[in-house]
Amino acid sequence: MISRRSFLKNAIKGVAGLSIPLSIIGIAGPRKLFALNNVTAGVRWAFLINTYKCVGCGLCVKACKTENEIPYDANVTRTWIERYVHLKDGRVFADTPKGGRDGFTTSKIDLGEGRYQDIDEKDIDKAFFVPKLCNQCENPPCVQVCPVGATFQASDGVVLIDRSWCIGCGYCIMACPYGVRFFHPVLQVAEKCNFCYHRINKGLKPACVDACPFGARMIGNIKDPEDPVTKVIMAERVNVLKSEYGTKPQAYYIGMDEEVR
Amino acid sequence: MKGHVWRPLYAVICLVVLVLAARYFMVPKDFGIYERGYMYGFHRKSAEDYWKTFKVKYQFNTDYCRDCHAEKYSIMQTPHAIIHCENCHGPVLDHPTDPEKLSVDKKRELCLRCHLPLSYPTSGRANIRGVDPITHNPGIECSACHNPHMPSLEAMK
Repeated sequence: MISRRSFLKNAIKGVAGLSIPLSIIGIAGPRKLFALNNVTAGVRWAFLINTYKCVGCGLCVKACKTENEIPYDANVTRTWIERYVHLKDGRVFADTPKGGRDGFTTSKIDLGEGRYQDIDEKDIDKAFFVPKLCNQCENPPCVQVCPVGATFQASDGVVLIDRSWCIGCGYCIMACPYGVRFFHPVLQVAEKCNFCYHRINKGLKPACVDACPFGARMIGNIKDPEDPVTKVIMAERVNVLKSEYGTKPQAYYIGMDEEVR
Repeated sequence: MKGHVWRPLYAVICLVVLVLAARYFMVPKDFGIYERGYMYGFHRKSAEDYWKTFKVKYQFNTDYCRDCHAEKYSIMQTPHAIIHCENCHGPVLDHPTDPEKLSVDKKRELCLRCHLPLSYPTSGRANIRGVDPITHNPGIECSACHNPHMPSLEAMK
């Protein structure tokens, strides 16, 4: 029979024993977490895209694939250009052949599976190009789902992938509402745009920003009120993609249309 | 307590110690919670350095090219001045040591990226002069007649 005395003794021992592994695992207290989350000084990269200026030449996609060693002929890319064509009869077509890598050198819309839609110039209500890339969300869902801590957000807001730690499970690819993540066909790990992290840390601009002849792409530090990009975002009418997801994307668009998702 | 309680308990304690020991040796030392907190900042610090030291291929630095190729800078007086050298000539990498010579993309498709006319009213593309590649001298490189560094029709070869 277990006595009250021995039960209480063992209970105290048990609780004391359980508290030891907790301190070894080292879960940070809420106060420490709060302090970590409230870093106000420094850099927070944000992107600004002017869809009026984009002509769909695709030089950004070409430069990105070369700069970031993405296999050139594989049908994956860190950034891509979408074409939207609204017709007078209400139909809307959108395509992105090879991610816009070779530009848009035909007026035909690529419907996939080798089918093309002829478009008569006179039927067009409005048509435009939209460059897409990683939004470097303030609340990145791709980071939350990673089971091994292989993707994370750096202090400057850029979401990075730890290539040697990624197990290639693909949860993050599923979790991204914008579809910017893909499998690197050679390295077999998750891959995504990181605003050319190696370039922005050397004072250069991302390859796509520099490659664009028309200034449709801009990058800036949103914590610096004097930054030209910050000034536009604060003072002009800009929009973000899928704000309803609560991801707080940091790629801002000028001239966004309802159909663009 | 009796032996039948202690024996499995020892096994469990051994298992916990084993897991903690394995965790101690297998988790990299720089794995931790960094600036963005527990939810977004849990990572190996050295992974940031991997990306920071990634090789830069494109310079996109006009002065870098000008040092040797100043004679090509007539392009700066033309509408093509907005197109960076490396967009057509390829990434600089470690030129002039490696590679010694850059390859030029002279394909018609390169020019058609902008000069295939698409009259999209709300896009800058509508304002660029273009040609129909099917009827306009098919099969001939654009640079056979047009000088890309001096693209105006008056300066035709």
